[in-house]
Amino acid sequence: MSDTEAHSVAYVRDTMMPQQPAPAGETGAIRWLRENLFSGWLNTVLTLLGIFAIYLFVSHFYGWFLHGVWEANSIKECRQIIAERWGPDASGACWAVIRERWHQFIFGFYPPELYWRPILAFALLFVAIGPLMFQFVPKKVAWFTPIYPFLAVWLLWGGSVWGPVLVLTGFVLGGVVFMAVARFGSIMAFSVGAIVTILYFLFAVGPLISLFHAMIPVGLESVASSKFGGFLLAITLGVGGIAMSLPAGVVLALGRQSDMLLIKTFSVIFIEFIRGVPLITLLFVASLLLNYFLPPGTNFDIILRVMILVTMFAAAYIAEVIRGGLAALPRGQYEAADALGLDYWKAQRLIILPQALKISIPGIVSTFIGMFKDTTLVVFVGLFDPLKGIPDFIRADFNWKGIYWEPFVFVGAIFFILNFAMSRYSMHLENRLQREHR
Amino acid sequence: MSEPHIERSVDRSHMQVSDEVAIQIENMNKWYGQFHVLRDIDLTVQRGERIVIAGPSGSGKSTLIRCINRLEEHQQGKIVVDGIELTNDLKNIDKIRREVGMVFQHFNLFPHLTILENLTLAPIWVRKTPKKEAIDTAMHFLEKVKIPEQADKYPGQLSGGQQQRVAIARSLCMKPRIMLFDEPTSALDPEMIKEVLDTMIELAEEGMTMLCVTHEMGFAQAVANRVIFMADGQIVEQNNPHDFFNNPKSDRTKQFLSQILGH
Ligand SMILES: Nc1ncnc2c1ncn2[C@@H]1O[C@H](COP(=O)(O)OP(=O)(O)OP(=O)(O)O)[C@@H](O)[C@H]1O
Ligand SMILES: [Mg+2]
Repeated sequence: MSDTEAHSVAYVRDTMMPQQPAPAGETGAIRWLRENLFSGWLNTVLTLLGIFAIYLFVSHFYGWFLHGVWEANSIKECRQIIAERWGPDASGACWAVIRERWHQFIFGFYPPELYWRPILAFALLFVAIGPLMFQFVPKKVAWFTPIYPFLAVWLLWGGSVWGPVLVLTGFVLGGVVFMAVARFGSIMAFSVGAIVTILYFLFAVGPLISLFHAMIPVGLESVASSKFGGFLLAITLGVGGIAMSLPAGVVLALGRQSDMLLIKTFSVIFIEFIRGVPLITLLFVASLLLNYFLPPGTNFDIILRVMILVTMFAAAYIAEVIRGGLAALPRGQYEAADALGLDYWKAQRLIILPQALKISIPGIVSTFIGMFKDTTLVVFVGLFDPLKGIPDFIRADFNWKGIYWEPFVFVGAIFFILNFAMSRYSMHLENRLQREHR
Repeated sequence: MSEPHIERSVDRSHMQVSDEVAIQIENMNKWYGQFHVLRDIDLTVQRGERIVIAGPSGSGKSTLIRCINRLEEHQQGKIVVDGIELTNDLKNIDKIRREVGMVFQHFNLFPHLTILENLTLAPIWVRKTPKKEAIDTAMHFLEKVKIPEQADKYPGQLSGGQQQRVAIARSLCMKPRIMLFDEPTSALDPEMIKEVLDTMIELAEEGMTMLCVTHEMGFAQAVANRVIFMADGQIVEQNNPHDFFNNPKSDRTKQFLSQILGH
């Protein structure tokens, strides 16, 4: 500014006013409330209605939670304590049942002195899935992943150590045969590998286990499937189902898109049939019908049977989710893979599936969450699920007869935590892949 | 397309055509259902030839070059590439696809892989090249298309012109003897067309056998030794670029040229 101009200006403030906070109505909480909750008469009415609904809900349950009793030995005692403390009309939660029976909610009827086995199996689960799920886990840990299923089964059910070792050997054997025959073509190698593996399991594995066990008898105390219950059962079924249904779903989705009529027809019929039938029907099939088809005398574990049926059920849904992902890929991706000389399997594995699965993550995780919750339906085939099987058993005890809401709240909360964790993980994964690919 | 995208002089010293036959197409016919897309195509491509294929939309240009690496199947006649006949034999198809590179209009890079991974994938999995060697080759070709600094980015982070150059480099990493281009510049903004054409010219200067579907007539004049004009699934006319542009014989060609050159 030049001098002449400065002189021609009539008044210039030379001391600055100190800054003042904005008027209360323009800042912080009040402004936020006005803009978001009371910005018009309709919004104001809705806000008030909402507040009223929350009030009703809280006033109803607040007391129940507040009056909760942890220290008691029966529901009668609970009621007495509540009446003494809060008056004769007060209602309250009797958490004492959870306190006394929590181990049954978690482990079912698993022998308490062996609780360390399922706990160890659960802890090792995270070592096994770590390298697949999180980038910060060193990839070297991944050798443990294929071993884990066998180790977990052994820890949970116990028995001779030669069981899991020789079963694992069977799969390794199949793999070795596959490699050896691979140069005669992949279909040939796959068939021969599969036949050798099946023959091994039908005729060799049983005698071998007895033989080795007779020579070196090492093992864990056996625990029967009937002892499983609660979250141990739900998580065993859930993890097994998830681990098997994802690959099965991928195979079915590819099968449905196949040019080979036989494979395509089989996939379509399988998917449509399984999706068209309620899960409970399939569970009844698992518990009753399969016995008719199996040779008499075979003891086909009930948990394994249910797990297979749950897997088939989830796989059908996952196949459809993945089919959506496959359909979303532009044709140019297939053409570029073809033009570079990649064969069908390499193109699927390296180009198509990584992209299709990424698109399908939300749908796949929804299916997993749904499946995990559906494991509670096993109560209908006589297994002790955490939501009804175990609480019914506890209510059969005279001391806890009449207990109703508390187990639902407790079990519901645990289900929520586990499913919410899965959901958050899927969002984390989506974000990570989004970041990586853009 | 009167806009001149080619400014530099083209070195033709290595652009020799040998007697060896690279591609032989005899009496080839193709249908889509009832629709007769390609009619009685006869075409012999010598090694080292640079052929530009032009023609109105829907005339079957893409279909023709896609038959050469079996992205499309022909129903009649014979296609022999590098002495190998294209039949239903998967082994032959694989062999031919290894020798023939293809560049698409929409690049078709793999968006979930980095540029470097895009380039090394096929050499490692198809040619069984050791990883280190594949990376060296990839960096060599990235330098050739002048974007070595983008190696660790993802395709979505590159401009269209850069993506198309990556796509060319990806094909070259398989060391093909024949390159097919299907309108490599028509999805690009004008200012990016030049960088892609420059890359293609360089390739021609090194003696690569090329079949290009393109409407870049400047490129045809500078590089091609033969221009093929297609209409309604047939090869209507073929000639060297000079005579093709200055002295077209058929009325369809004249009509097409007047449209495309804006006369
Ligand atoms: N998959 C298909 N099924 C049926 N018809 C097809 C198919 N692909 C292409 N066509 C038809 O075949 C004809 C030739 O198509 P093509 O893509 O080869 O033409 P083009 O000369 O490359 O045209 P453009 O310049 O528009 O790319 C067109 O009429 C097209 O509609
Ligand atoms: Mg085309």
